[in-house]
This record gives sequence, structure tokens and C-alpha cells, in this order.
Amino acid sequence: MVKKTAMGMRRVVLAGLLALAALPAQAQERFITVASTTSTDQSGLFGHLLPAFKRDTGIDVRVVALGTGQALDVGRRGDADVVFVHDKPAEERFVAEGFGVARIQVMYNDFVVIGPKADPARIAGLKDVNEAFTRIQKAAAPFVSRGDNSGTHAAELRYWQSAKIDLASAKGAWYREVGQGMGPALNTASGMGAYILADRGTWLNFRNRGDLAILVEGDTQLFNQYGVILVNPARHPTVKQELGRSFIEWLVGPKGQATIADYKIGGEQLFFPNAETPRPRS
Amino acid sequence: MAIFGDAFATALALLIGGDPQLFGIVSLSLQVSLAATLIAATIGLPIGAALALARFPGRQPIVVILNALMGLPPVVVGLVVYLLLSRAGPLGSLGLLFTPGAMIVAQTVLIAPILAALARQTLEDAWAEHCDQLRSLGATLLQSAATLLWDTRYALVTVVLAGFGRAAAEVGAVIIVGGNIAGVTRTMTTAIALETSKGDLGLALALGIVLLAVVLAVNAAASGLKNLSVRRYG
Repeated sequence: MVKKTAMGMRRVVLAGLLALAALPAQAQERFITVASTTSTDQSGLFGHLLPAFKRDTGIDVRVVALGTGQALDVGRRGDADVVFVHDKPAEERFVAEGFGVARIQVMYNDFVVIGPKADPARIAGLKDVNEAFTRIQKAAAPFVSRGDNSGTHAAELRYWQSAKIDLASAKGAWYREVGQGMGPALNTASGMGAYILADRGTWLNFRNRGDLAILVEGDTQLFNQYGVILVNPARHPTVKQELGRSFIEWLVGPKGQATIADYKIGGEQLFFPNAETPRPRS
Repeated sequence: MAIFGDAFATALALLIGGDPQLFGIVSLSLQVSLAATLIAATIGLPIGAALALARFPGRQPIVVILNALMGLPPVVVGLVVYLLLSRAGPLGSLGLLFTPGAMIVAQTVLIAPILAALARQTLEDAWAEHCDQLRSLGATLLQSAATLLWDTRYALVTVVLAGFGRAAAEVGAVIIVGGNIAGVTRTMTTAIALETSKGDLGLALALGIVLLAVVLAVNAAASGLKNLSVRRYG
């Protein structure tokens, strides 16, 4: 009886291991893994884009939505075939270090400065993001920072710099780094009535707005460019380069670009395709 | 506080409406957590039995470490499993990262110590009570372990359910190693985290209620089986 139990147990372990091995094999079809940002995923763009891509090519796209810094890191480790992110300097570094084949620009949208309707720093209607940031800092009004090395976080840090504010010394209780994605950061800002920098897409799709509203928009500095990069197959031989290339070609081709332009929330276009000719929104 | 009422209504509508997407998420959650529980039980229960019955130098520190491992932070487990399964990691060639298999591995690592530690305590108590009797019958340690595992099976079902509950409820590990990919690795908990971050708190709460209902159903099934078996075999 004892022997039987041991054998039965071995069989269960074996079956478990087999099931484990079978799981990924089952899905070994035509799919690629794309490391992208929460802004493209949570704005609903992928939900609109990927079914169209699948119809045209039969390829499934598995999106892992992270901050730009983390998404590039997933690419660096070879865990994704394509990265689709929005932090140009970081993307160029990624390619220069040999982790990516080439950076190709795809589309842009813009950032907006969100804040409580009471607007203690009086920034509503400003057309200059530097001036807005200066007033927020002067008023020491609560400001929520992503603090997660994402594309939006990198942009925010650039605006403090261009506003000539040295965060290291200006930081105080008013500046709150949450170290989280756009959505959780917006939830925090909504809960404490704080200012925050957000991408327009995530904001438009965000439901828990509370007392927050867009206060500053339209500054050309708020332009937010997205780029797509094939992870270097020379570095990581497991990269599905053919499928990855078809995705990138489709994205920057007429079909992909038209599908991006089509995506609207409440009649408002969220992303502006600019694969060939960059034309910043003025 | 209307949000709670609305969430209940949404949860009910989701459950009754039989939304196929939700069904997929629930069934993936169940598959992953049940598989992890099964594997963790086959690893953890024998380890618990060995520690309960065998006496060897260094046993006490191992028991203490095992008990401490019950408090493994899911995020840490997720991170370690991620680094191991990553293409750049030692097990990268398996290609398990961002698949349900990776989530099973993470949950197994998370709950195997819980099963082993709780089983160890249960079996040690039973051993203290029955060791003289078993010895007088001339049972070997292995035979005694098998007998005790069988005798304490109902207590062990509760132990296994505790492990299942922890597996089904955790989000930190599966979101890292699974990637929360729609239709592939999105479980109940990662879906709740996603809806929360989209600010759709009502839907997130409704999904939470659905998850509770699913866990409740699993526990009810286990308890039903136990009663049936008690009635039939005593």
C-alpha cells in the first residue's frame, strides 16, 4: 500500500510536469509578444488595433503593458519580440546598445496637465507647461509623480528641468512619487485632489476622475512621440523576427496608420499617425 | 456608497449573463490555481510528513525556515521566477515566461511552503498521539507516514484549501510572470488590478465579488466531498 501511494504520487507529479510543459507548446502558434506601455493599452488603442492586424495577417499579438523603462528592460532580456514605447532618448539608447534593430516612429499624442477644479496654483488655461509647473511648485500644491521610470515620468522630469526647477532641492511634501502606472497614479491624484501629468488617451479612458479636469493643454512641448523597435535577433535568437517585422511594417504602413487615426473616444481622436512625415500638433 | 450596490448588481449580471470573456478569465484562474495547488500538495505534503516523523540534526532550523516561508511576499516570488524564466535567465530556454505555465510555477513556489508547514504541524500532532501504537505494530517510518496522511486527510483538505485560497487570491506574482496578457494570462486578480488602474472601480469590485463566489464554490465543493466521504467511509 505504501509503495502504491509513492507510485501514485510520482504519477501525479509527472502528470503535473507534463501539463506544465504542454501549456506553452499548445500556444506555439503565430503570435508575437509586444512589450508596450500602459498608455497604449489602457487607452483602448490596442483593443482597436490588434483585431484589425489579426484580420490582415492572422498573427496574434500578446501585449505586456508596462512603463516604458520596464518595457525596454523586458526587450533587453529578450522576453519580447517588439517594443512599442514613448521615450525617444531611452529608445535611442536601447538601439545604440545593440538591443534593438532600429527605432521607427509610429504616432504621437499629447500630454495634458490635470488638476483639481479649485486650482490652487491657478494654472487653468495656461498655454505654457513650464509656467504651469513653476506655479505648482511655488504654491507647493500637491503634485503626483509617476516616479516609475516610465515615458510619462521621463517627460515630467524634462518639464521640471525646462521650467528651471531643481527637483532635488524643491521636492517637499507637495511632491508625491507613487511609483505606479498611469491609472493608479490618477486614482491617487483623484483621491487627494492633486495635480498630475497624464497622457490624453489614458485620461479620456479613465473613469474615476472625481474633481479632476484638464487644466493645461496644447503646448508643443507636450507632444508625445511613440516609436516601435524590433528586438535584435542577433542578440536574442528566440526573437520572432519575421512576425515582428510584419507587425512593424503593418503599423507604419497605410493600413496601420489609418486604423490608428480611426480610434476615437467620444468623437475625439487619441493618436495621430506620423510614420513618414512627423508633423507636431500646434 | 452606492458603488457597493452597483458592484453587486454588476457582479450578478456578469455571473448570470455568462460573459464569455469573463468565463475565460475565471476558468484560467481556476486552472492555474488548481494546478499549482496540486503540484504544491504533491511536493509539500510529503515534505511535511518527513519533517513530522523523521528526527535528524538540523530539523528544528528547517522547520523554523519552512514556517517563515509561509510569509513569502508574492512580489518577491514573482520577481525571482521572472528572472529565472526570462530568456536571459537560466531557465529561459523553456519559453515559459508570460504563459500560464509561469504563473503555475510562481504560485507553486508561493504555496508549497504553506502546505508543507501546515501539514508538518498536523502530522506531528497525530504522530505524537499514535507513534507508540504504530511502533508496536512494527510499522516503518514510511508506512507510519502513509497511515498518518490517510488518518488526517480531512485536516489536510483544509490545509490544501488554505494553499488554494492563497494561490487564487494573489496578484503580485502572477502579474509579473504572466504579464496580464488579455486572453492568455489575464486572471481574476490581474483583471481586478487592471480595472482599478483604469479607474473603473465599480467593475473592479464586481470582479472581486465574482472571485469570492468562485473561491466559495471551490470550498463548498471540497466540504461537500468531505461530508460525502465521511458518511460513506467514516
